[in-house]
Amino acid sequence: MSEDVWILGTHMTKFGRHGDADLIDLASQAALGALSDGGVTIHDMEVLGCGSLFNSMAGVGQQLQKQIGQTGIPVYNVANACATGATALRTVLLTIKSGEADMGIAVGVEQMGKGGLLGAGGKGDRGRTEYKPSGRYGSVMQVEGLVGTGLMPGVFAQAGMEYAYENDGVGFEQFAKVAEKNHAHSVLNPLAHYQKEFTLEEIMSAQMMSYPNTLLMCCPNTDGAASAVLVSESKLRTLSLEQQRRAVKISASVLTTDPWTERAQVQPDVNTLTRNAAVKAYEMAGIGPKDLDLVELHDCFATAELIHYDNLMLCEPGGAGEWIDKRGPWRDGETPVNVSGGLISKGHPIGATGIANIYEVATHLRGEAGDRQIEDAKVGLAHVIGLGSACGVHILERSGL
Amino acid sequence: MAQIAIVDYLVIDDGAPHLRAWESVDSGALYFDRRNADANGGGTEFKPRKLEATGTVRSFTIVERGVPGVPVPYTSALIDLDGGGCVKANVVNTPATPNDISLGMRVQLTTWVAGTDDDGNEAVCFGYEPIA
Repeated sequence: MSEDVWILGTHMTKFGRHGDADLIDLASQAALGALSDGGVTIHDMEVLGCGSLFNSMAGVGQQLQKQIGQTGIPVYNVANACATGATALRTVLLTIKSGEADMGIAVGVEQMGKGGLLGAGGKGDRGRTEYKPSGRYGSVMQVEGLVGTGLMPGVFAQAGMEYAYENDGVGFEQFAKVAEKNHAHSVLNPLAHYQKEFTLEEIMSAQMMSYPNTLLMCCPNTDGAASAVLVSESKLRTLSLEQQRRAVKISASVLTTDPWTERAQVQPDVNTLTRNAAVKAYEMAGIGPKDLDLVELHDCFATAELIHYDNLMLCEPGGAGEWIDKRGPWRDGETPVNVSGGLISKGHPIGATGIANIYEVATHLRGEAGDRQIEDAKVGLAHVIGLGSACGVHILERSGL
Repeated sequence: MAQIAIVDYLVIDDGAPHLRAWESVDSGALYFDRRNADANGGGTEFKPRKLEATGTVRSFTIVERGVPGVPVPYTSALIDLDGGGCVKANVVNTPATPNDISLGMRVQLTTWVAGTDDDGNEAVCFGYEPIA
């Protein structure tokens, strides 16, 4: 059995609009911060995993090396939808587990600016003068908005409404309560893109994007980067006691894709692969959802967060609406969820998000989360999901030292 | 000048307009797109299957900010079809408000002309309307 892998250092940039910095500036800031946090240098690294979805052809990992250290180590440039960062981290983890490296660094970065709505896809040639079938569906024109929607706010709205169809006690207000919570949490996180609290009424009366998701229930496009230095258990034991004390154990690292389901042929199924990943991660870590002290999950939209309460088994089956009603996921609730402010407030720089969620959990487990610290946090879970689909779940445990 | 379906799984030249899926001979899985193989069972043999024109709204969203050129609001829905199959399409011929669309609503297929090209060919789109 391969040895355990630990997080030795981690860092994230302030999330927001970084018009004065480019992609490599952000990646460098995160990577150098993680190395410094871990008390190591780029010369100690034996592998680099680099995630950047929108620049997946640009060799971002090598560009980063040319700024922070060209040491000749292998680089894996990773793109895996919104699970890109988690996949980059897992690539480093697997390299260490294989025995090929003792230490490596994962970096996730994205510069999105005001990118607009994601997911339109399809033909961009409405108004073409000749209708001729093309593509796998033989479409003769752009079908977005004519044959349903593939825009992200709508896709995740439909996922939430499907949960409402199957379960009682879920509606517009329950989805809005998710955003109310995350915006309230964000006030304590200086790294969040937005730090502003909103009332439930303000959230529900905000501009409607795709019912039931209003603007304040959607994550913003954001620039940012996050990084983590990973180390094998045997290597960690050769380092200082302080490094060992601050290290965070990765008790489970799971990546899944969506198994075949009939409805997923027309609407992404974000549930099954998340549930599969959670089951496997809990088994791998030897814990259950009740053991978690905090969770950072993929709340790209408020509707998404609510259904993941159920997918991650944080609430009773079918009970996500009741759980938010009784404030179960609030920072003073049964299992705090997204105390960072979540993607809704913190922002969602796609390549960075998976590592940023891990950064948040690790920071609490170290007892270094400042005003937003969840007291005596010992175990946490980080979750991301990218449409297509890919889901990453990591369970982290604080050092026993 | 002719009419052409907006997507090839909408059949408009064989009786009443209807959707046609590709059914895996091995697993019975249904697909609307051109297939290389069955993602469920792995088989490579398919047969066309005519789908029912009626169904039930399983989920919906009302899109108020969409892509340029497409009027909003409109309702996008997932519809469980009677007799099997699930499709995503717009719900039409009823206002796009939460008061006029409901989960579990019964709907039926309808078609309309979505545009005309420079040769005068009409693109026929499909959606679902409430069953009165």
